[in-house]
Amino acid sequence: MSAQPLSPASAAHELVRAESVGSGPPSRLAGWGRLSVPGREQLSENLESASVGAVLSRGLGRSYGDSSLPANPADKVLGTRLANRILHFDDQTGVLRAEAGLSLAELNRLFIPRGWFTPVTPGTKFVTLGGMVASDVHGKNHHIDGCFGAHVRTLRIRLADNRVVECSPTQDADLFYGTIGGMGLLGHVLEVEFAFHRITSPWIYMESERVPDVDEFLQSLTRAAGNFPMSMGWIDCLSRGRSMGRGIMMAGRWAMPGEAPSLPPVEAKKRSFPIELPNFALNPLTASLFNTAYYFRHLRRKASGVVGPDPFFYPLDAILNWNRAYGPRGFTQYQCVIPRAAGAPAVREFMQLLTKLGGASPLCVIKDCGPEGKGVLSFPLEGTSIAVDMAVAPGLQGIIDRLNEFVIAAKGRIYLAKDRFTRAAHFRAMEPRLPAFLALREKWDPERRLRSAQSQRLFGDQA
Amino acid sequence: MKAIVFGGTSGIGRAIARRLVERGDQVFLLGNEAAELEKSASDLKAHHPAGAKCGSALCDLAFPEGFAAALDAADTELGGFDTVVVTAAMFATQEALEADIELTRKLVTLDYANTLVFCEHARKRLLARGGGRLTVFSSVAGDRGRKPVAIYGSAKAGLSIYLEALDHKYHEAGLAVLCVKPGFVKTGMTAGLKPPPFAGEPDQVARDVLRAMDKRQAVVYTPHIWALVMLVIRSLPRFIMRKIGF
Repeated sequence: MSAQPLSPASAAHELVRAESVGSGPPSRLAGWGRLSVPGREQLSENLESASVGAVLSRGLGRSYGDSSLPANPADKVLGTRLANRILHFDDQTGVLRAEAGLSLAELNRLFIPRGWFTPVTPGTKFVTLGGMVASDVHGKNHHIDGCFGAHVRTLRIRLADNRVVECSPTQDADLFYGTIGGMGLLGHVLEVEFAFHRITSPWIYMESERVPDVDEFLQSLTRAAGNFPMSMGWIDCLSRGRSMGRGIMMAGRWAMPGEAPSLPPVEAKKRSFPIELPNFALNPLTASLFNTAYYFRHLRRKASGVVGPDPFFYPLDAILNWNRAYGPRGFTQYQCVIPRAAGAPAVREFMQLLTKLGGASPLCVIKDCGPEGKGVLSFPLEGTSIAVDMAVAPGLQGIIDRLNEFVIAAKGRIYLAKDRFTRAAHFRAMEPRLPAFLALREKWDPERRLRSAQSQRLFGDQA
Repeated sequence: MKAIVFGGTSGIGRAIARRLVERGDQVFLLGNEAAELEKSASDLKAHHPAGAKCGSALCDLAFPEGFAAALDAADTELGGFDTVVVTAAMFATQEALEADIELTRKLVTLDYANTLVFCEHARKRLLARGGGRLTVFSSVAGDRGRKPVAIYGSAKAGLSIYLEALDHKYHEAGLAVLCVKPGFVKTGMTAGLKPPPFAGEPDQVARDVLRAMDKRQAVVYTPHIWALVMLVIRSLPRFIMRKIGF
């Protein structure tokens, strides 16, 4: 080791790492849902060298379940968030290439004021580019622009056999589309190149509408999707009877310069959820009270106005560490998509089932999705996506099994980036594309070196 | 500001270079890997509000013979620099150093002797034009002889004393010397170590350092809580220091 060139930066890291990895007290890793497993993340600024021998890459840990967690505590999990450089930006075309650990928060901070925005954003900006590719994230504009993967031009990938390759829609396209939505199981994403969209101003023109029940909600979702490039809704999935599925519908577009304030929005000071609440703090009663208050806070039936991108795209990011509200028990998010072919009745039945089973918490988000993308395991398909948070409780596995059985019958599917509890048999039943993905793994990682706690659970990988 | 950042391709140096560029200051990078310099220069160009180009030159803390040429290259490109930031340094655990005497020699050479030589080159150039800013990363490890950083800490202690003396001697002449004493910061340098309480993020440290530079402070602890921690550590009697592992 002393033969290494002496460098201010990299050689020093190698020394530290070689001495300290594997020593010290065991630590744990958790997804956003807070359920942890034993394991250790190795942060590095140099993904190209640090990805050698790693079995999983992990960005900001915002996937809810176990997709960024190791199958085995001894697995090398590469933390990418320090690898955050912009390698190229073309201010004519908006094409940007960056290291995979760069966060969307940073991209927004730098480029919204210059008139560029990511073509697709999920509901949090605390994600990395690598994570956006691995989960093939979708957003409020899915019905128009598809998933993030549809806008990616090139990926630089470290394969399981330690080769580094560049892939694109025309070069090793099978690897490219397998990696998009592939949950990091075909290779480590080192660099991502994609194209920004031009925005007309740094402000959003938004319309919102209070909707009294689920049927009207579905109609207004379809209507909004026709009129606006971005739409979604919040549903109160605790209210029953006539007002089952009441909620607030939100739609928007980037504001035109004339209708927006001349100054860019000021980023609100971030608050952090100060303490971990006890498990009982969020219970059916407090959740119902919250929902009723949230529903009626929207005083007028319809409202419109100009807002900043943060409250529009990332309302929950305003409170850092909001997952502490669930307490140490942790939580999960159940997100599925019901195909358009199954129709509105299927969505209503799903909502009825959800209300009947209980276990749901305040946050329930509904969205009209457009056609399926090219990512082999990418989540969205044409239909209605429903996402609901659930605290971990004794009956949770049973609830998720029942919901999954419904989704299988409706020919829908679940979102792996949220999942922690789906059974392997259920996943196989709802995922006709699984054999195609497994064939890709057979080709690019026949020994299944790359794995996660999730791939162990759903694909039967060795620990 | 027209600033040279030695070590600006990674960690805290990267965060400082970005903050300087974003507020419109001119930055020139020094580092020991051409590929890294190129990537960081692109990154800084993208961070600049108007996309201004950022220059760089090779400079290795292990080769003091190259310091003068690197500073001259920076001077030419910047049209006369007024600020020098040094974050380049080497780190190794006490365990690794005790096991390898050659590694020990290299670490103390880089972190003390060569860093001091680089500062001397920079100081002379700054004073020749009537002063400027010299910001150098020492460490809280240099504040007290401590078991886990016996060797690394001693090199940093020497560096801290040198920077203090520079401030005493040249403050009147217009040289603003800032000795930065970071506590544990979560960077590539400390990857693999278990972060202690009060561990900082690179960008938070960069913000503190820029503020201290603008206020022409002589010493800054960052994150600030480390000023208090080290005050306590410095006042502990020897018989306690012998007992504790800190």
